[in-house]
Amino acid sequence: MRRETGGRIDRSRVLRFSFDGRELAGHPGDTLASALLACGIRIVGRSVDLGRPRGIFTAGAEEPNALLRVGDEPMAAATAVELRDGLQAWSLRGRGRLDPSAPPAGARHDKAYLHCDVLVVGAGPAGLAAALAAGEAGARVVLLDDQPEPGGDLLGGRTLLDGAPAAEWAAAVTARLAALPEVRVLPRTTATGYHDHNYVIAVEERDANRAAAGRGSGGRGRVPGGGDGGRRRGTGGAGDGGRRLWHFRAGRVVLATGAHERSVAFPGNDRPGVMLASAARTYANRYGVLPGRRAVVFTCTDSGHEAARDLAAAGVEVVEVVDPREAGAVVTGTLADSEGVLAGVVIAAPAPPGDPVPERVVACDLLAVSGGWNPAVHLFSQSQGRLRFDETLQAFVPDRSAQAERSAGACRGVYGTAAAVADGFEAGSWAAGETWTRARGEAGGGRGEALRVPRCDEPDPLPPAALWAVPAPARSGSGDGTAHGPGAVAGGAAEAFVDLQRDVTVADVERATGAGMRSVEHVKRYTTAGTGADQGKTSGATAVGVVAGLLGAAPGQVGTTTFRPPYTPVAFGVLAGRERGALSDPVRVTAMHGLHVARGAVFEDVGQWKRPRHFPLGGESMAEAVERERRAARTGAAAMDASTLGKIEIIGRDAGEFLDRIYTNTFSTLPVGSCRYGMMCGADGMVLDDGVATRLAPDRYLATTTTGNAAAVLDRLEEWRQTEWPHLDVSLTSVTDHWAVVAVVGPRSGPVARALLPGVDFGDFPFMTYRESGPARVFRISFSGELAYEINVPRWYGAALWEAALELGAVPYGTETMHVLRAEKGFAIVGQETDGTVTPQDLGMGWIVSARKPDFVGRRSHTRPDTARPGRRRLVGLVPDDPGETLTEGAQLVAAPGGTRMLGHVTSAYPGVALAMAAGVATGDRLVAFDASGGGQVPVTVVSPVFHDPENTRRDGDPQPGSSRPGDAAAGRGAGPDPAGAAAGPAPDWASDDRRVSPLAEFAGRFAAEGSPEAVIREVPFLPVREVRGEEQSEGLRLGPDWWLVAGGPAGGDDGATAGGADPAAAAGPGPGVDVSAQWAVVELAGPGVRDVLMTGCPIDLHPEVFTTGSHTRTLLGRVPVVLHRVGPDVYRVLAGSSLAGYLAEWLLDALEGL
Amino acid sequence: MQSIECPWCGPRDEIEFRYGGQAGVAYPPDPAALSDEEWAGYVFVRDNPRGWFHERWFHAHGCRTWFSIRRHTVTHETEPGPALHGSGRAPSAPGAGEAG
Repeated sequence: MRRETGGRIDRSRVLRFSFDGRELAGHPGDTLASALLACGIRIVGRSVDLGRPRGIFTAGAEEPNALLRVGDEPMAAATAVELRDGLQAWSLRGRGRLDPSAPPAGARHDKAYLHCDVLVVGAGPAGLAAALAAGEAGARVVLLDDQPEPGGDLLGGRTLLDGAPAAEWAAAVTARLAALPEVRVLPRTTATGYHDHNYVIAVEERDANRAAAGRGSGGRGRVPGGGDGGRRRGTGGAGDGGRRLWHFRAGRVVLATGAHERSVAFPGNDRPGVMLASAARTYANRYGVLPGRRAVVFTCTDSGHEAARDLAAAGVEVVEVVDPREAGAVVTGTLADSEGVLAGVVIAAPAPPGDPVPERVVACDLLAVSGGWNPAVHLFSQSQGRLRFDETLQAFVPDRSAQAERSAGACRGVYGTAAAVADGFEAGSWAAGETWTRARGEAGGGRGEALRVPRCDEPDPLPPAALWAVPAPARSGSGDGTAHGPGAVAGGAAEAFVDLQRDVTVADVERATGAGMRSVEHVKRYTTAGTGADQGKTSGATAVGVVAGLLGAAPGQVGTTTFRPPYTPVAFGVLAGRERGALSDPVRVTAMHGLHVARGAVFEDVGQWKRPRHFPLGGESMAEAVERERRAARTGAAAMDASTLGKIEIIGRDAGEFLDRIYTNTFSTLPVGSCRYGMMCGADGMVLDDGVATRLAPDRYLATTTTGNAAAVLDRLEEWRQTEWPHLDVSLTSVTDHWAVVAVVGPRSGPVARALLPGVDFGDFPFMTYRESGPARVFRISFSGELAYEINVPRWYGAALWEAALELGAVPYGTETMHVLRAEKGFAIVGQETDGTVTPQDLGMGWIVSARKPDFVGRRSHTRPDTARPGRRRLVGLVPDDPGETLTEGAQLVAAPGGTRMLGHVTSAYPGVALAMAAGVATGDRLVAFDASGGGQVPVTVVSPVFHDPENTRRDGDPQPGSSRPGDAAAGRGAGPDPAGAAAGPAPDWASDDRRVSPLAEFAGRFAAEGSPEAVIREVPFLPVREVRGEEQSEGLRLGPDWWLVAGGPAGGDDGATAGGADPAAAAGPGPGVDVSAQWAVVELAGPGVRDVLMTGCPIDLHPEVFTTGSHTRTLLGRVPVVLHRVGPDVYRVLAGSSLAGYLAEWLLDALEGL
Repeated sequence: MQSIECPWCGPRDEIEFRYGGQAGVAYPPDPAALSDEEWAGYVFVRDNPRGWFHERWFHAHGCRTWFSIRRHTVTHETEPGPALHGSGRAPSAPGAGEAG
């Protein structure tokens, strides 16, 4: 029932909502729970196991009963949901079940990273005081609170501070905090996790905060459904539930999280109408709601008497206050009406031992219970702080901090408003590196009037009664309680609830201890007490008290269960934030990606890369497409986008020596202009990676790595270079994203290459050599066994080169065909044939392991007993008896049908061709490939792993047309346009400036459309950039101790500016280091809101006085490695690898929308 | 999320780094001279203390520096460790192995 006046609600406005289909109304300022109570709703659900009716029990996040489905959210505590117009809520019954067909929740969540000197959690009297003390001292302060307005418990009480309502003091402090520029107050924000090194996670109801601040929930006032792609689905009114997951890194943390009241385990303590006394008081005072008309208060604390006074003042008839400390009286049971709602309580007076306990029944519809207070030590405990049990307070309180943290106020057992304020001043001053004492504060010392403790009208509290359960549970384990008065519905330990949410009773705990359990952790798991969505906030200490009573121990000896994050449930969608759907994981694409999409390519993920797997034409199946592509490569001309291979330039006087130590074979003797295949092992001797290294100059090599291993290999090389061989003159520069690569493959690839590369003398271009043509680097290497040219061009030219190759007749092929081609040649793929247990010798590649070099990484391991033993698995080929059959990768090889001894497994399988790693088998052996996943048993024969051209006669072209696999020659003519004919035309101009495409060219329109006064975004294309290692540079961006990005490339950029914003003239010619101009995509963000965009994905401290103008660093932005450069007060440049630029652009556009 | 102090970039979130295991395990000067057990000790065996541990980190997404810190494996307290000089030992240094 709503009171006529009073409370912090706005009666002039009506918010309509529904509960279980009933149309109801409340007001701004209400929670869903207070509005339900105001509407007379007593039963809000049924308990999970016993199906007992349950009502609202608390007025905060600790609620065990009133868990409802609210809009999109499957379960939320009604006590923590702010009422909004149009809200729809439903009660829950039984065990929850997520609806897999439910549409995805529409709310738009994100994340943010913020560093501060002092983080204060909780804006009650202690937290407000702490924030003020720290803020006045000049610290960067963040103050969080889960409520819509600061004040905490002061909002729900009637305490007077300096003779005025305490909420006025809270408002005055809040106003002073607002005036401090380095203090940030975040209402509606719940800290859920306290992790290592003062890393605190919190969830902000961001849409609600924006709505309260008069800002729309949908970014910049977007029209619902207007171009929104259905991403958000309105569930009613302002604030669609969009949240922000904050990541705070704090110098010091002040926890001012208050305390939770606890109940007493007495029979029938779960009836709707039984409520915590503090909650009843909060509903009456703060929400102007009478939670009942006729109340009994059962209290072990002084705060229960305060509640009785406040309820009476609000108009509730308080018929009796039962305080075990006064006359020993206790509540021993409850009565219910026909619906199960509280109708009366049974009160027992103490009696001499042996005498019957005199009981009487008092009719009432509200029983306000206070069993004592539990300091909210959840975050403290998560931070690994140690707890102790305080016998006076009958509560667990913080003992020793594990991090730079201090608890203040009720969360460390300091009760009373004035004491909490003083404790807060002390804690906040400590956090800011100052000292404050109460004596000085009351004398107006320290920071003078600013930190004065207000006079408070509260009496000093007396200690609570140590009462956990009524009747005290029997140590024998028999759960029957004492007799109850006539009419008492509830009776005995089986109806005395410890954990309301999990339906755990004193009888359940008795069964656990009766079964021999002594650890509270065991009791928790046996009974499930404390495992509900509320994580036992109201029940945990009670369970400990009951266990202690049963074991005859002190609660402090029993101890608590472990507090784990999150403090309150966090939706997975909030954890994901922006990173869902297309943004769920960074995606890397090549310069030709758009062309592949347009051509209908089917993609596969290789690491973060999207690679075309095949290019189906006109409804072809994959098998058909791959066969067509394969034929083109074997008999005509085909082209593959090989840009994804890792590329590292190794530069320095000792580059050859360095590679000799890394690779199993020798590179120091490689002639300039030649290429060599190399394999590298770990120290354990197992194959780590392979690739081709080319000597570009005496002191300069280019090494390629596999696509998926590029980053790991580069990191590994840096490890050896820096930690073992720092005396070697060598540097490593990744150029993976600088180059786009088109492999032109096949016996008729020559004419295509000739047309594309007018600068190359094809009359003198032997296998395994390297040439240049304009901006292109050309390598005559082959992964198919056929004549092939790998053409590397700066990424800007990649699309034009690809199109030119295809116009010349090359048939595009994808990774599947690439795999088939190499499998036919018996070439192993690292990560497919190898799995970390395979040596080069196992692959039949002993020839690549130098016997002459004294050492290389992994060499010694090749003579270990296990790696040197005979009978290891070796690479073999397999042919199924039925040539139409395709084996299953991963199938087990056994000697005969029904065999159980595993000889090996299939590592690669394509139609008619398979590779395997198998032990003790020889060519001609007949085996069975057993596919445990349902493919059955396929008879196979062991063959050489080299299926195609074992003599390597085809690498310079087709020696005699028609010599390839039967059927290929005839089909080859139809594999595509005759490439030879096309070569007659003029050389394609893929290298002309107007054919260049910058990495973000396709985003220009959307960038322009998303601009706002807060932030504008644009690409800075074609910046000439060189990466320099070692020598100190006078200009440019220093990214590491010996690592610079400097202006200048082979050609001038049309922006004129440079990466470092330095002299444009520097762009004129090549400088030292490596040209990486096409490696970086450069995005410029400008405007006063840019820092708010960056903070949603960048974990470093972006405070303007920390990340000052001119600052630059390498870090992460939305999980993309970037160089972040603040070029002006409100202007930032973000440099990202060009392959990641599209992902980053989408991410930034989403961030701009959410600004 | 631990905060790791990079000697070049300052404190950064753990996700910017790659963990490098125990520090101070130098490449043996002459692997060929080691017994199988000794070599296996270098390749496979590392300390795993409950307490202070000298370990290597690599600022992969930052300045790309390998460095060391001391970290308490229970409390995660950290303090700077000595610079990684490298053993300076070259696998192919003369006399390091079975030359020829």
